[in-house]
Amino acid sequence: MKEFMLIFRNSNPAPDTPTPEQMQERMNWLAGIAAQNKLVDKGNRLSMGQAKTVLPDNIVTDGPFTEIKEFVRGYIVVKTTTIDEAIELAKGNPILKMGGSVEVRALLTPGENN
Amino acid sequence: METFANSHNELLPQLFRMEYSKMTAVIGRLFGLHAIEIAEDIVSETFLKAAEVWRVNGKPENPTAWLYTVAKNKTRDYLKRVNLFESKIKGTLPLIIGNNELEIEQDLDFTHQIISDSQLAMIFAVCNPVNSTEAQICLALKILCGFSIEEIASAFLAKTETIKKRLLRARANLRNPSFKHALSHPVDASPARLEAVLRVLYLLFNEGYFSKTDDHLIRKDLCSEAIRLTLVLTEHAATNTTETNALLALMCFQSSRLDARANDAGEAILFEEQDKSLWSKELIAKGNYYLVNACLGNEISKYHLEAGIAYWHTTPTGQNKWEHILQLYNQLIILEYSPLTALNRAFAIGKVYGHKQAIQEVKKLNLTDLNYYHALLGYLYADTNIEKAKIHYEQAITLSTSISEKNTLMKVLKRLKAQG
Repeated sequence: MKEFMLIFRNSNPAPDTPTPEQMQERMNWLAGIAAQNKLVDKGNRLSMGQAKTVLPDNIVTDGPFTEIKEFVRGYIVVKTTTIDEAIELAKGNPILKMGGSVEVRALLTPGENN
Repeated sequence: METFANSHNELLPQLFRMEYSKMTAVIGRLFGLHAIEIAEDIVSETFLKAAEVWRVNGKPENPTAWLYTVAKNKTRDYLKRVNLFESKIKGTLPLIIGNNELEIEQDLDFTHQIISDSQLAMIFAVCNPVNSTEAQICLALKILCGFSIEEIASAFLAKTETIKKRLLRARANLRNPSFKHALSHPVDASPARLEAVLRVLYLLFNEGYFSKTDDHLIRKDLCSEAIRLTLVLTEHAATNTTETNALLALMCFQSSRLDARANDAGEAILFEEQDKSLWSKELIAKGNYYLVNACLGNEISKYHLEAGIAYWHTTPTGQNKWEHILQLYNQLIILEYSPLTALNRAFAIGKVYGHKQAIQEVKKLNLTDLNYYHALLGYLYADTNIEKAKIHYEQAITLSTSISEKNTLMKVLKRLKAQG
């Protein structure tokens, strides 16, 4: 088994608090992964409001803002035998219906080469 | 002692079941964990004496008080004998250090408080992760519940020899010097230790509720003993946590259906076909009470979620019942994976989104070697694809190891075959 991080991105400005239906759909999807015993970390949703960016030379800016394309909204970690299987899991995420995207990235184990 | 529990005297076995573990706990705490057997011997001798004396003289006015007095005297005699031997003959320190006689007298008072404190200490001593969970459950049944080895063997569908060996090994592990003080008070009720204890009590309950044995009485006994021990935890501030209350609520809700779950022939009755008038209203009310207590904090444990599901099962359909159940199963499976939870969740999906979607969900689960997997698929296919339903029910019957379960599944299959 290999671990993959699914990173959810959306540039579509949607409210921080999803509707009960959206929550339910997301929970069904997440629990469906857990039911296959493929969930490693249920991850977190990331705030859009409380966000700062730290730059070199002690510069701190507000944002990133949701207007920025492909704003990171959250992540989870799954375990599957291949990246294709992880992609199949990602395809069910409701963010895709809202104009978002899911990035699938393998987690590297210590000593593993890229 | 085993023969004793099977004695035909009506009162004594009943008293044995109720008092054996209490007396063992109180006396055992005096001696320390490495010598639980001494306490068990003293209590066993007490019951043997009761059998002899009561047969001749008739039962005393207050049988429990009689037992306590005799046990106390026997303990006192034992200590005198041993301390004499240790100090006069071997020249070593007495067995019990730091306890003068007055303290011993107080510790041996069988008041409700002392019994409860001792039982709490004994529960924590026995539910010790130094032993495998299976061994912990065996020890709990023997020491905390006063079960005979035969009764434990029949609950586990194991040979008595196997249980004897398991108990011997488990006791030897507890005698390890590093656990010598495990019975001292105050009890170490750290979150990790309490969690381990709750887990054993939960499994003890499940052993009864989903038992391998078809013996309905033993199953009920296991469930009620698990409830009794969990109640002891609620009597002490350190262990009366929201998690403990959630577990107790779960046990009450599940137990409320015990009588409705099997027919006179001991065959399992499917949830939807149960006679709901047989559900115990009293236990449901108790479940509600503990569930309210469980929700006083912010913590949500798996016991909270399972108690929540069990609560919804006690309510009539409608009111988005299955939506709530599905949400709870979603949270539960994310919190802790188990094949049974995965299948139960798929069943709830069938209730909310229809059988077709549930079938898709079940097929992703990769649990083809479980009988429940096939029983569930059989159920979900029954109204659309009777041929597939039959195949899955047949596979479920082949995989099942319980006779009553096989019988129940065969009845369903027969009904399907009659349909076409």
